[in-house]
Amino acid sequence: MKKALTIENLRVTIADQEIVRGLSLAVPRGEVHAIMGPNGSGKSTLAKVLAGHPDYQVTAGSVTMDGENLLELEPDERARKGIFLAFQYPSEVPGVTIANFLRAAVQSRLPEGEELEATDYYAKLYEKIELLGMDRSFTSRAVNEGFSGGEKKRTEILQLAMLEPKYAILDETDSGLDIDALKTVAHGVNSLRGPDIGILLITHYQRILNYIVPDHVHVMVQGRIVRSGGRELALELEERGYDWAREGAAEPVFTR
Amino acid sequence: MKTQTKSVDIDRSAGDFAYPEVHVRDAGAGLSEKTVHYISDVKEDPDWVREFRLRGLKTFLEKPLPTHWASKDLETINFDKIRYYLAPGTGAKRSWDEVPEDIKRTFERLGIPEQERKFLAGVEAQFDSEAVYSNIKKAVGEQGVIFVGSTEGLKNHPEIFRKWFGKVIPIGDNKFSALNSAVFSGGSFIYVPPGVKVKHPLQAYFRINAENFGQFERTLIIADEGSEVTYMEGCTAPKFNTTTLHSAVVELIALKGAKIQYITVQNWSANVFNLVTKRGLAHENAEVKWIDCNIGSRLTMKYPSVVLKGRKSRGEVLSIALANNGQHQDTGAKMIHAADETTSNIISKSISVGTGRATYRGLVHVPNHLKNCKNNTECDALLINSTSRTDTYPAITVRGTGNAVQHEASVSQVSAEQIFYMQQRGLSKAQAMSLSVNGFVNDLVRQFPMEYSVELKRLIELEMEGSVG
Repeated sequence: MKKALTIENLRVTIADQEIVRGLSLAVPRGEVHAIMGPNGSGKSTLAKVLAGHPDYQVTAGSVTMDGENLLELEPDERARKGIFLAFQYPSEVPGVTIANFLRAAVQSRLPEGEELEATDYYAKLYEKIELLGMDRSFTSRAVNEGFSGGEKKRTEILQLAMLEPKYAILDETDSGLDIDALKTVAHGVNSLRGPDIGILLITHYQRILNYIVPDHVHVMVQGRIVRSGGRELALELEERGYDWAREGAAEPVFTR
Repeated sequence: MKTQTKSVDIDRSAGDFAYPEVHVRDAGAGLSEKTVHYISDVKEDPDWVREFRLRGLKTFLEKPLPTHWASKDLETINFDKIRYYLAPGTGAKRSWDEVPEDIKRTFERLGIPEQERKFLAGVEAQFDSEAVYSNIKKAVGEQGVIFVGSTEGLKNHPEIFRKWFGKVIPIGDNKFSALNSAVFSGGSFIYVPPGVKVKHPLQAYFRINAENFGQFERTLIIADEGSEVTYMEGCTAPKFNTTTLHSAVVELIALKGAKIQYITVQNWSANVFNLVTKRGLAHENAEVKWIDCNIGSRLTMKYPSVVLKGRKSRGEVLSIALANNGQHQDTGAKMIHAADETTSNIISKSISVGTGRATYRGLVHVPNHLKNCKNNTECDALLINSTSRTDTYPAITVRGTGNAVQHEASVSQVSAEQIFYMQQRGLSKAQAMSLSVNGFVNDLVRQFPMEYSVELKRLIELEMEGSVG
């Protein structure tokens, strides 16, 4: 069986309101899947549930990563096993520098008793910093504190590059970015593409898909995948609008 | 996201262990003139000290507990159950080899001899009421630096001791300074001759080992003109079910152009009432700096002060307090400006965890007739849980026209989203908390000496580890 992040018939509620309503999707390693959908369709909820956000209740369905049940793991266990979420609105961590934060994150992935080699760590950090067109001095700023929208998104991708997850979920990484910042971020993501990583790209607009070209595109409406297709589906959606996609909402189309 | 809290397991911390008592001198439980005479007899006090103690006792008995402004929890201290003097009767040794084995192993377990070899210019180790070890590096001693226990200082250097003793903090300053004056024992006596700059820190370690016990050390540091010294104190006690009282008095005198830096690394167990009076006197162009970190204890009341007596003198208090479940850190700083062109700086950071409560009390006083005085006060509080509490009582009186003050205060909270974000990067909840707390104190800790900041970081990690479910 191909290694994949597999979601089956997932139902999610928050405060008794059902947000995800029977969603199925599989993101195999080596592929980039885009989920597009209008505001309120449940895209960000899906991202948070995959990462284990405690505010959401999974009422039905399953999520497995390479066959392992993800839903019974704590958020940090999921992270260490290879799930990465690039947040739409990343939190500030006042007083903690990017370098120290990432160091703690990398350290947390090492076996008990093993100490991270500082020189190797910094060599890798600076390599990734350059990849994203950032200045080294950036790593001594406190995580997201006083960052512009673009800086925050780039910091998310820097962390993605450093932590080398098996599956990355990018939640509206393109929102609030100007075209230059978008290109840099896309370049960073593209350089990480490869057979060992599956990427789930969540977006409202098709613009980012010009730069990160997906293998598959899914349209999410009212908590379900209503259409799935190739790259061309995004363009069609752009042309015809979400109302067209909604027409299919009555009969959900599942993909495997 | 809910953060579960449970009481902190102090057992994890390195200080929670106790070997059987080894004392041959014991003043018994309760406080009376008899207790004071017992202590004076054992210590062979000169008459003036005996009288000083008796005045202390009288004042202590007369003064009410300060519960009109401070915590009512003070009323739970049973002064009749406490033992006021316990000593092994061995005197302070100059070599660890001479320290009785059963006492030595306590300090070895706390890592004191090792630290001494690594980076200290001198060490004094106090076990319950008396110093059991005190030694200073030969080169430092040859410069004329005196570093001994207060008992020994009083005996061998009466001419310096008597001149300054009780002058910065009078007996009647407060109820607990009066108590200390009555039964004081142990603590350090330091004299640094003019122009001598002691490069490495001198360290004292205060260890409470006995149950139902009160430790009342008295420290006196005199930095003569143009000299410099850094003093570090560490404190621990095992966790007993009964109350332990620690009530020290610390007096610092920085003569013209001298600099004293006084660093406290306190990690009391949760049964300790820590009621300490600390004050420094800064003469012309002198500097007194308190670095004060309060972790643990049931109730700490401590407001390090500087009296800026001489022109252009400087005072500074940098403090961090961590109040865990059931603990109350009532701390702060006082700056009394008494000369022109004096400057003071207070930076206070507190962290409240679980049901912990942190209180900041500050007093800055600049009278009308002074010119060109400056004060900067910053106090920041971090709340970890919704049950955590913080209060700030800054009292700033600045009169006259040529003086400047600046005051900033903030309260922040570690949000559930922040913790989730950090967990998503692989950190456990406890690691995320501890990193957040370290981030909060980071800019302050950067100003501390290296060895101290490492120790502090470790203590914060231990506390935070126990505080999340």
